[in-house]
Amino acid sequence: MPVSLESSQRIFEALQAVDVRVLSALPETWLVHLIRLAEDDPQTTLVRLAKEEEGVGVSMGAHLAGVRSAMLMQNHGFFAAVNGIISGAQLYRIPLLMLISNRGVFGERDPWQTEGGLLTTHVLDALRIPFQTLGSPGEVERTIAGAMTLAYAALRPVAVLLDRELMWEEPS
Amino acid sequence: MKRLDALRAIHDRLDGVAVVTIMGAVAAELQTIGHHDNFFYLQHAMGLASSVGLGIALARPERRVVVFDGDGSVLMNLGGLTTLARYRPRNLVHVIFDNGSLLSVGGFPTATSTGSNLEGIAREAGAPRTRTVDELPGFVEAFDDALGADDLSLIVAKVEPVGPAGYVTDLTLLENRFGFARWLASAGAGP
Repeated sequence: MPVSLESSQRIFEALQAVDVRVLSALPETWLVHLIRLAEDDPQTTLVRLAKEEEGVGVSMGAHLAGVRSAMLMQNHGFFAAVNGIISGAQLYRIPLLMLISNRGVFGERDPWQTEGGLLTTHVLDALRIPFQTLGSPGEVERTIAGAMTLAYAALRPVAVLLDRELMWEEPS
Repeated sequence: MKRLDALRAIHDRLDGVAVVTIMGAVAAELQTIGHHDNFFYLQHAMGLASSVGLGIALARPERRVVVFDGDGSVLMNLGGLTTLARYRPRNLVHVIFDNGSLLSVGGFPTATSTGSNLEGIAREAGAPRTRTVDELPGFVEAFDDALGADDLSLIVAKVEPVGPAGYVTDLTLLENRFGFARWLASAGAGP
């Protein structure tokens, strides 16, 4: 599977560097290595969800209890979590770091991802969630650290869109 | 059994416990009996109270956590029961007040009123300790038993579909949220 192990490792290390201890996730092709890294790490509590919106609740609880967390999900999982984000994390001013695989954009081969790909950034904008797209491995640490810093200063959700060029290595 | 009486009967057991409730009647009634900083009322995000409880329980395994949920809320997040059972936080007690009704939005009957069995769903999801109670002494006994157990416990408490006249209290959402976080930060290892 041509998901980048090196980028996954960098992202995981960047999450550790900002003290993320609880990571909730739903599987998505691009996130398989990241989820396995979290599972294998004794310092990280991985919560495998049934649906992404649950992860907003888990992160709320972790934050109220003084522990840093993040969510890993696909853009369609982000769509599935919208009410929890609005009436949980935003209403209660929770710093919620969301790493979202940005499916359905240039280079996408799966037809079923294409409709959601049109909407990801628009939904983020509509929810007034600050986000940056992360495509370069060299930007991983700085972007994730910056996202966490803003989330805690603003006490609001913040998103990092994980792009194809970061997560996917086309077979040569 | 009335939910208000059930809450009143176990209110003194909540000292030192991180309590998460759903919106509406449960939150208003608990505040009527007496608010403390260790109570957090999730006044929206319907369905996520048990997920918030799971996050607290995983982050603070030494602290007892109680979630006061409702049938309508649990039915919105049935998958959450499988996540709770999967991680089986031994410090979490999940109470579901089941009145068969979405009372706070006009009494729309839920599926528990036509036979859906939340204890059965939770048990088959893998929850290790489940009970259904329908009268006050049984509820108090089940709650004390759950608080004393070192395992994830779920109690479905059948209650009458009655609640307070209104749901807005003088405790603002953010005041509650920050007070609760501060309590958790200052409370050391506890029950």
